Amino acid sequence: MTEQAVVRDSRDSSQRIRGLMIAVTAIVFILLMRLWYLQIVKTEDFRNMSESNRLRLVPVASSRGTILDRNGVVLVDNSPSYSVAVIPQEVADKDALISGLARLLQADPAELADKWEKGRKRSKYQPIILASGITRDQLEILEENRLSLPGLDLQMHPIREYPHGLLASHLFGHLGEMTEQEIGNVRYKGYNPGDYVGKSGIERNWEKDLHGVDGGRQIEVDAMGRFLRTVSESSPTTGNSLMLTIDLEIQKQAEAAFGKQAGAAVALDVNSGEVLAFVSNPGFDPALFAGKLTSRQWNEYLEDIRHPLENKALKGQYPPGSTFKIVTALAALEEGLITENTTFNCSGSYKYGNRSFGCWNKRGHGAVNLKKAFRESCDVYFYKLGEQLGVDRIAAYARRLGIGAPLGIGLENEKPGLMPTSAWKEKRFGKKWVKGETLPVAIGQGYVLMTPIQLAEMTAVVANEGTIYRPHLVKRVISPEGKTLREFAPEIVSRAGLHSESYRLVKKGLFAVVNEPGGTGGMARLYEVKVAGKTGTSQVVKLRNGKNVGGYQYRDHALFVAFAPYEKPEIAVAVVVEHGAHGGSAAAPIAGRILKTYFQGKGVIKKPVPRKADTPAEAGGEEPGAETGTPNVEEQQAND
Amino acid sequence: MIDRRLFTNFDWALLALVLVIAGIGVVNIASATASYNMVDTPYSLRQGYWILIGIFIMLMVCSIDYHLFGDVSYWFYGSAVFLLLVVLAIGKSSMGAQRWLHLGFISFQPSELMKIVIVMVYARYFSASPPVDGLSLKDLFYPFLMLGAPALLIMKQPDLGTAILVVLIAFSMILFVGIRIKTLASLVTAAIPAVFLGWHFYLRDYQKERILNFLSPERDPLGSGYHIIQSKIAVGSGGFLGKGFLQGTQTQLRFLPEQHTDFAFSVFSEEWGFVGCFTVLALYLALVLWGLAIARRCNDTFGSLMAVGVTAMLFWHITINIGMVIGLFPVVGVPLPLFSYGGTSMITSMIGLGILLNIRMRRFMF
Repeated sequence: MTEQAVVRDSRDSSQRIRGLMIAVTAIVFILLMRLWYLQIVKTEDFRNMSESNRLRLVPVASSRGTILDRNGVVLVDNSPSYSVAVIPQEVADKDALISGLARLLQADPAELADKWEKGRKRSKYQPIILASGITRDQLEILEENRLSLPGLDLQMHPIREYPHGLLASHLFGHLGEMTEQEIGNVRYKGYNPGDYVGKSGIERNWEKDLHGVDGGRQIEVDAMGRFLRTVSESSPTTGNSLMLTIDLEIQKQAEAAFGKQAGAAVALDVNSGEVLAFVSNPGFDPALFAGKLTSRQWNEYLEDIRHPLENKALKGQYPPGSTFKIVTALAALEEGLITENTTFNCSGSYKYGNRSFGCWNKRGHGAVNLKKAFRESCDVYFYKLGEQLGVDRIAAYARRLGIGAPLGIGLENEKPGLMPTSAWKEKRFGKKWVKGETLPVAIGQGYVLMTPIQLAEMTAVVANEGTIYRPHLVKRVISPEGKTLREFAPEIVSRAGLHSESYRLVKKGLFAVVNEPGGTGGMARLYEVKVAGKTGTSQVVKLRNGKNVGGYQYRDHALFVAFAPYEKPEIAVAVVVEHGAHGGSAAAPIAGRILKTYFQGKGVIKKPVPRKADTPAEAGGEEPGAETGTPNVEEQQAND
Repeated sequence: MIDRRLFTNFDWALLALVLVIAGIGVVNIASATASYNMVDTPYSLRQGYWILIGIFIMLMVCSIDYHLFGDVSYWFYGSAVFLLLVVLAIGKSSMGAQRWLHLGFISFQPSELMKIVIVMVYARYFSASPPVDGLSLKDLFYPFLMLGAPALLIMKQPDLGTAILVVLIAFSMILFVGIRIKTLASLVTAAIPAVFLGWHFYLRDYQKERILNFLSPERDPLGSGYHIIQSKIAVGSGGFLGKGFLQGTQTQLRFLPEQHTDFAFSVFSEEWGFVGCFTVLALYLALVLWGLAIARRCNDTFGSLMAVGVTAMLFWHITINIGMVIGLFPVVGVPLPLFSYGGTSMITSMIGLGILLNIRMRRFMF
């Protein structure tokens, strides 16, 4: 190599090294830009990702609020339920644990192993529940053996307890685990999968108050999903309690009065719209729905012809039968078609066009005025009124009394009933209203349908002479500390706006129904308190030759509406006994017992002294009071 | 034995730079392994030992006149290829990947050795027959033969990361020597079908997985894409100032893979943030530019080529490792020199740095 060549070469390589230096600096700059992007521009995203990497929320279910009756007696409560869980990360010997548990719980090891396998897919800190609803005895045995079973976790969580069994089950409703769809629902914001929520009744409609706020433990986990430490903890907040307007004693007696019969009853405070009793019989066991409902039990409910799962008070729509005569009479009085003394002759049937409409009494009632028409429930009298009024005028008054639309009691799917008009028929069937169709409507048959709530409301409006209070079930919302959070004052929906003379005349008729000889509602009579009411019998199927055909499902529904006291009404009651045949014999005694219980509570009627606490009166047939030797209260006060 | 002049010319600045980086590395390893089960000797202490051993080896390399390396480079090369064959043979018999050679008291990876050896043998070859006007395809025949044999053997181990590094080091030196544009163009043209064939016939499934997962880590977020995602989360969540020493949740809860070795920088980024990363990158840039400066100031072609080669080795390790940690490159298992835990990597780096010091000390000898 010559000297020159070396110099040229070194200058050349020196230039190339400068090139390399620039290239190296550029590449390092690119790395730096990338770091800038990750650590400055996107750092928020990555920080969140690293947090969700390490933090997990373990929810702690809140305890639901209790449900109380109007006097503060607990109707629905909570009780602890124990379950056996294992925490995978702490389990030393899985097989030993499972066989040990199976022995102590007397359970099938294969079933436990199956549950273990299913739970394995989740994180190692999450307990796998192997058995729930274990007894206290089992719990004690497990506690004793805890040391020999590492990884065992005994959990307590509150479940609903129903101290009164099936009482008012439709009203309270049932709970169930949140479904997949419900988990995403805004209604259940802040809830955790696995939470129990109200599925029907009060539990559903007051879910927000009752549920409370789930607590949770924020825990730190490592890359293997193992629990390391608790970062923060929030204890669950118990839900608010509800004080209902329901009176436990009335509710109990009403349900007892139904016995095995299917049907519904609603009792309202005439001057506030408070619901004192809300019965749908037969009830179901809400505890089964929150726990394990076997398919056998489920089928039993489904196959029962009395439909125990149906909330009949809320969703049952029945032809009101003769109880609807109250509406027809009010309409006729308001329109000036009749006075107190207007009489019609009942011959046992009424000819209209080429059809004949029969009275229930084929022999006829003879000369009938308003009071007698009510007392003996003469159909012909009301056929005449119906003919003169026309369906649309009847419907207008019916609507003013709250019929044909839901009253807004505050439970889901309250049914509207049906008050037909000529326009309704035109729209529904595309046919003109035939005048002859008005006649059955006037006695509560035909297309007319009412819910037990509407029947009670109608009666209450007559009793208080025109004020429609919104029927409501909840008196107060009470915080877990016992503070009243909200109180529900009576709410007036509307006023019927009829003349008080009209109410007075109808009430007089209703009083006669219960209290005068020949009245159809004598079985609701009380000696201490003046009761007024009206029977009703609604046809389920058309009678063939005046005789019922077939069995239970073809029998007529029995209805009775009543209020008391006659002079200064406080309570209105509506009773429907499905397929009970006659309102006077099947429904009126139930209404009578509800009223009696109410006035016993008020101290107006002396309570019988029960021999044993909680012995229901229906056990015997006789009043317990008579057995203990105290004079029969009814006789004693008959002289008042 | 050692000339006093050499002592006065010793590059104290480079040594200081190396010690600062290695020191930061030890602190970082302490944090990366804080969550590990206690071992007799903590990893940070062991790394300290490796640094001491490395410095000793570095000084030894430094003390021998580097021109001697040129004379024995072909012997080194032959022995290294032979060792690679031995490793491969043992690997075949034990039915699995085999990178290590156990020689009684010491275990080492011949593939690691190859990084240094390729630098020596290329420097020797190109300084003996420098191209007149840039390298032609014909000039590249023997260099490619020298590169191809060990590269294929390493890939067969299989150790994709090291194979790529050896090739990158070699190509960096070829570029420095100077290559004709025409030659470069034809090499690129030939590379395309080679990559295609290599993908289909040569790469193992897990290697293909790594590359595919690099291209879209979300393919398998809990499987092989996991490393890239978790590393990016660690780096990104560090933010500007970092979470603080021992405070990195990704690290301490062990969401990061191989966090004291290949992903050590990920740990560092999480705990020291952009400020820390900037500092370390600046130190590394200074190291690489220093190496290139040594190459420039060296008066003989062999020394200058060796300096460029060694610097390229350091540079590509740094770039590929950090690029991998921040999701710019696929996960190939390349350690960060002086920073990642591990004796092999430390000794290789120190040998390289010893060569740099060596060249720098003796630059005035001609």
